[in-house]
Amino acid sequence: MISIRNVSKWYGSFRVLTGCSTEVRKGEVVVVCGPSGSGKSTLIKCVNALEPFQEGEILVDGVSVGDTKTDLPKLRARVGMVFQHFELFPHMTVAQNLTLAQVKVLGRSPQAALEKGVKLLERVGLLAHRDKYPGQLSGGQQQRVAIARALSMDPIAMLFDEPTSALDPEMINEVLDVMVELAEEGMTMMVVTHEMGFARKVADRVIFMDGGTIVEDAHKDAFFAAPQSDRARLFLSKILHH
Amino acid sequence: MSYSFDWSSIPGALPYLWHGARITLEITALAILVGIVWGTVLAVMRLSGHALLAAFAALYVNLFRSVPLLMVILWFFLIVPAALRALFGEGMPDIRLTSAFVAFSLFEAAYYAEIMRAGIQSVPKGQLSSALALGLTRGQAMRLVVLPQAFRNMTPLLLTQAIILFQDTSLVYVIGLADFFGAAYKVGDRDGRIVELLMFAGAAYFVVCFAASLAVRRLHSRVASP
Repeated sequence: MISIRNVSKWYGSFRVLTGCSTEVRKGEVVVVCGPSGSGKSTLIKCVNALEPFQEGEILVDGVSVGDTKTDLPKLRARVGMVFQHFELFPHMTVAQNLTLAQVKVLGRSPQAALEKGVKLLERVGLLAHRDKYPGQLSGGQQQRVAIARALSMDPIAMLFDEPTSALDPEMINEVLDVMVELAEEGMTMMVVTHEMGFARKVADRVIFMDGGTIVEDAHKDAFFAAPQSDRARLFLSKILHH
Repeated sequence: MSYSFDWSSIPGALPYLWHGARITLEITALAILVGIVWGTVLAVMRLSGHALLAAFAALYVNLFRSVPLLMVILWFFLIVPAALRALFGEGMPDIRLTSAFVAFSLFEAAYYAEIMRAGIQSVPKGQLSSALALGLTRGQAMRLVVLPQAFRNMTPLLLTQAIILFQDTSLVYVIGLADFFGAAYKVGDRDGRIVELLMFAGAAYFVVCFAASLAVRRLHSRVASP
């Protein structure tokens, strides 16, 4: 579904990604972890071309992301993305947030878009908030709306960029629950997160990044039982034992 | 010997003054409208990342901001009539009013462009990213997501600039246009009551602008709180 092949990226002369390669198959859940500055967020943003890359190739469902002839809006519409800071549109109600792209990008009728939006709001347990503005919701609620908004486009895969990092601790689980449910339904997911509990529960594979390279790419059981590299072992011991 | 005030020439001149006030308001309204639209286009051009467009917008903004408004008004009074004559032949509408419209619109656009540029930059970058991630085109993302927020953030500044513009319209006296200030001056000159008429005009400008800035301040405190 998502093939990342030998991708490198520079900011000017500063190299942020070096020869990253991995594969996310249909229905697979891949968790990307690593210390801050390791390039994991940058890599996931390369998948839907929010960040350009200079070398290598990324294919999403067979479509090349880096190809200048690719219709990027069309490609992005098929890949849902959830951001660390939610990025709901603050000048629109929850319902408008959910219908905007359905109408403008997919050409659905406003009624059909709203129907779909209502269904998804119900699913994330926020139907009662449909006419509120994002600023009136808690962080956890906003992130659930953001997930619903991404799902409203019927994506073939979902990208999560540290979806719980900006949340208060008591709100993390309500967001993770939605993500677990999504994973169990067979959604293809690439998730940048430090939530190792989530990784243990639903991930198929774990990718560990450091210094812009993929250091480890292993089945979750193998990764948690015995990381191959010292860096991954050190990272795990730091985030798991306190 | 103290000056003795005589206000008697004002009541009779009110219709004429009102006519002037309408010209003031017309210039103000049109310059706000065109200025904001053209200024927003300039701001988007400047932030587009397109080298040629950005350079044009930067040149435009810096040029108009480096020239006194008075000169721009005079300049368009001399240029616009010639251009109109070339386009429409001799039968033209009021040249002075048209040239004032053009001068103020283009001049104000430079200031509105800077306000809108700050406004666009005040919108978190993630907003554009999330709009693009949903499949919106760059144009749609700007129009539907970024610009509405930029306008909202900048409303107090846009209105403050409008108040300045309202006062600056009095400069059209240099091309002999009888706006509110010009009308007051003419009446005062005719009746030998310049002091009274200018005080009256000043009071009128003060009331309008002070009321408007109070309204802006109230709006600002409302926009500032989430």
